[in-house]
Amino acid sequence: MTALLSTHRLSSFYGDFQALFGVDFEVHEGETVAIIGSNGAGKSTLLRTIAGLLRVPRDAVQFKREAIGGAEPYAIAAKGIALVPEGRRLFTSLSVEENLLVGAHTRRTGAWNLDRVYDLFPRLKERRANAATALSGGEQQMTAIGRALMSNPALLMCDEMSLGLAPLVIIDIYRCLREVLKEGMAAIIVEQDINTAVAAASRVYCLQHGRVSLSGRAGELTRERIAAAYFGL
Amino acid sequence: MVEWINTAVQGVLLGGLYALFAMGLSLAYGVMRLVNLAHGDFIVLAAYAALGVITLLGIHPFAAIPIVAVAAFVLGYGLQRSVLNRTLGRDILPPLLVTFGFSIVIQNVLLEAFSADNRSLKLGALETASVAIGPVTIGWFPLIIFCASLAITAALTALFSHTRLGRAFRAASDDRAAATLMGIDDRHVYGLAMGIALALVGIAGVFLGIRSGFTPSVGPEYLLYAFEAVVIGGLGSFWGTFFGGVILGIAQAIGFRFDPGWGIIAGHFVFLLVLIVKPSGLFPRTR
Repeated sequence: MTALLSTHRLSSFYGDFQALFGVDFEVHEGETVAIIGSNGAGKSTLLRTIAGLLRVPRDAVQFKREAIGGAEPYAIAAKGIALVPEGRRLFTSLSVEENLLVGAHTRRTGAWNLDRVYDLFPRLKERRANAATALSGGEQQMTAIGRALMSNPALLMCDEMSLGLAPLVIIDIYRCLREVLKEGMAAIIVEQDINTAVAAASRVYCLQHGRVSLSGRAGELTRERIAAAYFGL
Repeated sequence: MVEWINTAVQGVLLGGLYALFAMGLSLAYGVMRLVNLAHGDFIVLAAYAALGVITLLGIHPFAAIPIVAVAAFVLGYGLQRSVLNRTLGRDILPPLLVTFGFSIVIQNVLLEAFSADNRSLKLGALETASVAIGPVTIGWFPLIIFCASLAITAALTALFSHTRLGRAFRAASDDRAAATLMGIDDRHVYGLAMGIALALVGIAGVFLGIRSGFTPSVGPEYLLYAFEAVVIGGLGSFWGTFFGGVILGIAQAIGFRFDPGWGIIAGHFVFLLVLIVKPSGLFPRTR
């Protein structure tokens, strides 16, 4: 079965600094894949490269059998890849509702619309007219997820959603995410917290210094193997 | 007493024109943080373009407005996508340098093409026609400019608050990279913003050409009024810019009433006063 998204010998650079070294990675339809690794391992770099924020050769990234490496981020978003960025990156001068509406800019059709997002996150409906900056961390994360869902993506990429959030809020967010993903959307989850990531995914990749140090089914990987791959022991 | 009311009314109407000058500058800065030093020169360029169109086609000056506005939109989009998009970034200097260059080019091209003779666009009787409302005399043409300015301000505000494009403008202004992740083509959106800004400049230029004479070198004066209107009004809202223009117009009219030599400087004085007392402007929208 061909993968929904795959990378081939993907190497990513920030100027002269190489962050990814020949990463081979794939996500299948309906699958949730987790990427774990320590700080600076290249997890966010991988997502940002897939989203188009970093230039790579055309064939390095394939989505739905199309080479999208180096394509413009707005073109990639239109094809059905949505990123929930690290740090949320909500639009500060827009209200919650306007942030969600901007998420629908690509006009892609599907199950997700404003009402469904409000059903998923009732707290956002209460705060719809508030400035996006006037929300708690958890509410901001919900807004960022909702904004990505509004584009009805085929692949949802979530970058370190648990950053800065209280443990109870993290549990709540991932419970909502599980509900969303039941409907068949593929997802890539990047997390530093191994337990959260492994619990949410069917397959796991571990990155270390820009290389894949481990990959496998979530249930089959032992704590020892993960720790070794995570820390490079 | 009546004369002062009359003066204030003339000031408000003049302010409508200044608001129109300022609107394009406010838009370009609001969306792209781009200060167009050639803004006033584009207004003058539009006046000359209208002169050309009117002479060539023999049409009424008001009929030249849509032609000049559309041509200005195309020019603005083209300049933004070919040159100005490349100047945008963290450094504030490149856009200033490039638009300063535009200013010099425009002034000298106009000088070569049209000479330094004073020109104006003729409207005929409407230029001086007026209506008396009680003790106040209102010129029809200044009133038309004021109403156009009001309508344009309302339209821009509605565009930015209630449309998909307006949200795209604001998102791209807040966080350009995150906006591209949403599917917004930032280079195209910036092109549209500059196109609209120059279209507004085009309309302002035709009105200016009718209202006053123009020569190739008067651009910087109007850049200054536009800039003052934006600063007095405060950044982030078109209505702020509108009222900034009106306040500037009233200041100039009152100053002029005291002594014709004091008209312009009264405006500068009010501008400096606002900068000292409330630097963020009178009606800023917090970002």
